[in-house]
Amino acid sequence: MTEQIDAGMVARQVAESDELGEPVPGRREVGAARRRKEDARLVTGRTRWTDNIQLPGMLHVAFVRSPMAHARITRVDVSAARRLPGVVAAFSGRDLAAEQGGLPCAWPVTEDMVLPDHPPMAVEEVRYPGEAVACVVATDRYLASDALEAVEVDYEPLPAVLDMTRALAPDSPRVHPEGNRAFVWKFAAGDADAAFRDAPVVVERTFVQQRLIPTAMEPRAVVAQTDGDSFTLYSATQIPHVLRVMLAITTGIPEHKLRVIAPDVGGGFGSKLQVTAEEVLALLLTRRLGRPVKWTESRSEGNLTVHHGRDQLQRVSLAAGADGRLRGLKVDLLADMGAYLMLVTPGVPLLGAFMYNGIYKMDAYDFTCTGVFTTKMPTDAYRGAGRPEATFAIERLMDELAAELGLDPVEVRRRNWIAREEFPYATIAGLTYDSGDYAAATDRALELFGYDALRAEQAARRERGDPVQLGIGVSTFTEMCGLAPSRVLGSLSYGAGGWEHASVRMLPTGKVEVVTGSSPHGQGHETAWSQIVADALGVPFEDVAVAHGDTGVSHKGMDTYGSRSLVVGGMAVLRACDKVREKARQIAAHLLEAAADDLEFTEGSFRVRGTGAARTIQEVALATFAAHDLPDGVEPSLDSDATYDPDNFSYPHGTHLCAVEVDTETGATKIRSYVAVDDVGRVVNPTIVTGQVHGGLAQGIGQALFEEAVYDADGNLLTTTMADYLIPSAADLPEFVTDRTETPATTNPLGVKGVGEAGTIASTPAVVNAVVDALRPRGVTDVPMPCTPQRVWRAIQEAAG
Amino acid sequence: MARITVTVDGVAYQEEVEPRLLLVHLLRDRIGKTGTPIGCDTGNCGACTIMLDGRSAKSCSVLAVQADGAEVLTVEGLAGPDGWHPMQRAFHEEHALQCGYCTPGMIMAAIDLLKDDPDPSEDAVRAGLEGNLCRCTGYSNIVRAVRGGARAMRDAGAVGDR
Repeated sequence: MTEQIDAGMVARQVAESDELGEPVPGRREVGAARRRKEDARLVTGRTRWTDNIQLPGMLHVAFVRSPMAHARITRVDVSAARRLPGVVAAFSGRDLAAEQGGLPCAWPVTEDMVLPDHPPMAVEEVRYPGEAVACVVATDRYLASDALEAVEVDYEPLPAVLDMTRALAPDSPRVHPEGNRAFVWKFAAGDADAAFRDAPVVVERTFVQQRLIPTAMEPRAVVAQTDGDSFTLYSATQIPHVLRVMLAITTGIPEHKLRVIAPDVGGGFGSKLQVTAEEVLALLLTRRLGRPVKWTESRSEGNLTVHHGRDQLQRVSLAAGADGRLRGLKVDLLADMGAYLMLVTPGVPLLGAFMYNGIYKMDAYDFTCTGVFTTKMPTDAYRGAGRPEATFAIERLMDELAAELGLDPVEVRRRNWIAREEFPYATIAGLTYDSGDYAAATDRALELFGYDALRAEQAARRERGDPVQLGIGVSTFTEMCGLAPSRVLGSLSYGAGGWEHASVRMLPTGKVEVVTGSSPHGQGHETAWSQIVADALGVPFEDVAVAHGDTGVSHKGMDTYGSRSLVVGGMAVLRACDKVREKARQIAAHLLEAAADDLEFTEGSFRVRGTGAARTIQEVALATFAAHDLPDGVEPSLDSDATYDPDNFSYPHGTHLCAVEVDTETGATKIRSYVAVDDVGRVVNPTIVTGQVHGGLAQGIGQALFEEAVYDADGNLLTTTMADYLIPSAADLPEFVTDRTETPATTNPLGVKGVGEAGTIASTPAVVNAVVDALRPRGVTDVPMPCTPQRVWRAIQEAAG
Repeated sequence: MARITVTVDGVAYQEEVEPRLLLVHLLRDRIGKTGTPIGCDTGNCGACTIMLDGRSAKSCSVLAVQADGAEVLTVEGLAGPDGWHPMQRAFHEEHALQCGYCTPGMIMAAIDLLKDDPDPSEDAVRAGLEGNLCRCTGYSNIVRAVRGGARAMRDAGAVGDR
C-alpha cells in the first residue's frame, strides 16, 4: 500500500536535502544533491560530439534534398558533380536502390496497418520536402556542399496532401497508392453511450496539437567507418543498441560485425530515438568507398528532416453530472503520420490512449485514433510522446467543465480525482496506478502560488476593466512512463521488449565499473548511477565509473526515452549490485570463518554479528582477485549482470499552476508566475530532478506560446531556421517555483518514478488554461496553440463579434 | 586563399584559408578546437560564441579572414593555473547544464555580459543571454549560475575590466 506522507514535512526534507552538496560519512548517497560527474568535460569543452570526430582519410557527405512536397523523380544526373574538385563519389537513389533496404517501423499498431516502403534515399517519388534524392561525397565539407549545385534532378510535381481531414476524403490525392488512412485503432471501456445519454453536462471541443520540431541543440551527425570486415557507426543518437539491431536488419551487415557508438549526445527529446536515412546511407557509403565518412546536418536541414512531433486533431467530449462528476469521455483523434511510418510513428498517439482519463475516475471511455498520411516530414516521439496531447485535452476539458458549471477549476478536479486511499487504482483505460497523492501536491501548489490572492487580483482587474487581464491556469496531471513492461509492449504489437540491462564489475582495488544499457544525452546517469551503486555496495561515490552508449562496451540495452532510465535501467543497476554483494558475502564469510547468514552488510563492510570481525568490500574484491583462498566451487569474480523487466509503468504526477498577464489590446501574453509541485516518488538526486522539471516546463511552455512548424499551401516548410521556429530564450521564461511531494512508487525497491517528461506534459495545458481564463469574461473559450499575440488578439476580436 | 595569423587560446596560428571559411570551422576543423560547437546556421543559437579581441562573437557569423591578427578565446582557454574559471565553476555548482551543448557559448556570453554589468539583475541576465539558446535547462539554473559566477568574479576582482 501507499506510504502516506505529510506533504509539509516532505517539503521541508526536500529543502534540507537540496542544501547538501558534499559527502558526509555514513550518509546515504541516494537523495543527496550531488553535483554532476558529467560536467567537467562539458564546461571545459573537452567533449566528444559526433561532429568532433576526425578520422584519417575521412570524407564528407552532403545530400541533395527535394524542394517539393510531392513529386515523381524523372531524372537524376550526378555526373557533373562527380567531376568537381575534391568529389570522390556521387549517388542517386537509383544507384543505391538494390542495397539500401527500407527504414524500419517497429510498431505495427494494427494487423492491417498500411506500412509503405521507406527507402533511405528516394528512388521513384519524393513525399515530403527535404527527402534525400542524391548525395555527394567529397574530401571537405565545403566542397561537398558546392557539388550539390551540380547535381541535376528533374521532378514531375504531384499534389501535396496537407490537411488531415481532407486527406481522408475519398477524392483526395494520395501520398501512397494504398491511400491516406494508415490505420484505425480503437479502445473502449464501459458504456460510453449510456454515460452520455441524459448527461446534465456535455462539453465538446476540438483541439489542435500543432506540429513541433524537437530542436535538440546538437544537430544530428553520423560518422561511419569500416576495416573491410566490421563496421563502426558513431551517431548522435539516443538509441545505440536499438539502432545496432535495426541497422543490422536493414543493411544486412551482421549484428556482430557492427558497433554503434553514441558519443556525447547534445540532447534528444525523442528526436534522436530514430533509425535515420542518414545513418543507413553513411554505412552504405563507407562500405562502397572503403573510407570513413561523416555527415553533419545544418539546422535548416534538420528542421526539414529531423522527425517532427505532435500534429494531432483532437475531437473530444466529456459527459458529467450537475455536480461536476465525470461520467464518460470520448476521444476521436486524427494523428498526422507525415509521409512514412518511422521507428515508432504510429505508436506515439496510442501512448496517449491510456492517459486521456488523467487522474480522474469515470464510468466510460471511448478512444479512436486514425493515423493519416500527408506529404510532410514523418512525426515520431517528442518529449512526452502521446501523453502531453492526452493531458492537454483532459486538462483543457476540466477547465471548460468548471466554467460550464460555475465551479472553481481546482474544485472540479478535486471532486473527480482518485483519492489517496484508493491506490492502487485500476483506471478506466486499463492501467493500474500504483500510488499517488493528488491532494497533497495540489494543496502545496496552491500555497506556493498564492492562489486565493491571485484570484482576488483577477477579480479586481476584471472589475476595473484593466486592459491587462490576469489568467490562472491549472493542470493536475499524471503520466505513464518508465517504458515499459515487455508483456504490455507485446500486447500492443510493439516490436521489442522494455527491459534494461546493467553490469557491475568490482575491480581489484575496490573501485567499481558500471556498464548500463541506458544511453544518456544530458540526463546525468553517471552521477545518479554512482549514487545508487555507492549505497548498494557501500563504496565512495567517487569510486564508481559508469560506461554507456557503445555497443562494444555495453553490449546489451534498450537505451533512453520514455522516462525509463531510472525506473528500469536504475533498477537493473541495483539488481546487479545485489548480486555482487551476495557473491561477496560468500567470500567474506569464508575469509571471516563465519556463516554467511551471520554476516550483516553495513557501510561497505561485512560484519560478523556480535563480534568486531569485519571485511570491507574492497578487501573482499582484492581477495577475489588474488583467488588464493576462496571457498570450494566459488569462481574468482564478483562481477554481475542483471536484466530488469518492470511489472508496471511508472506514474509520476503533480499540480502545476500558471498565472499569465494578457494584454487585451495587443494580445501579448506574459507568464507572471509558474508553480510546479511534482511527485516523482523518492528521489535519487534532487538537483537533477529539479533540472529535468525546469527543462520540461520550458518545452511545454514553448508549445503553448511559441512553437509551430508551418507548411505553406504548396507544402513547403516555412520554419526552417531558428529565426522562424521559435524556441524559448531566457528572456521569454519566468523563474520557476518548484517543489515536490513524495509518494513512493510501490513497484520498485527505490520507490522512484520517472521525471524526464513530466514538466512538458503538465505545463502546456496549465499555460493555455491561464490564457483562456484571462479572456473568459470576454467570451473566449479557446485559443489555438501557439497562443501568439496575433492569435490571442484574434480570439478576442472573434468573441466580441 | 588568404594567409592569416590568429591567436587562439594563447597560441599563434598561421593558416592559409579560403576567404569564405567560417571562423568556427577554422577553430573546429583546422585547429582542433572542438570545444566550440555549432548549433545553427543563422546566428540564432549562440552555441559557437567565443571571445574575439575580448568581446563575445558568434564564430559561425565571422569569417576566418576577419579574425586575421585577432586574439580568440574559446571555452578551452578559460581555465587558468588555479583551475576552472569562476563561471565554469558556477555552471557546475548550479546545475546550469544538462546535455552541455550550449554551455561553451553560454559561458562565454555570460562572461561578456559581466564586462558591461558586473552585478546583473535576474532580468538583466535573461535579456543579456537572449542570443544563446538552451533546450534542456529552462534557464532558471543558468540565470542563477551567471549571477553566482558574477559574485565570485567580483570577489576575485575579475570583472568590469575592459
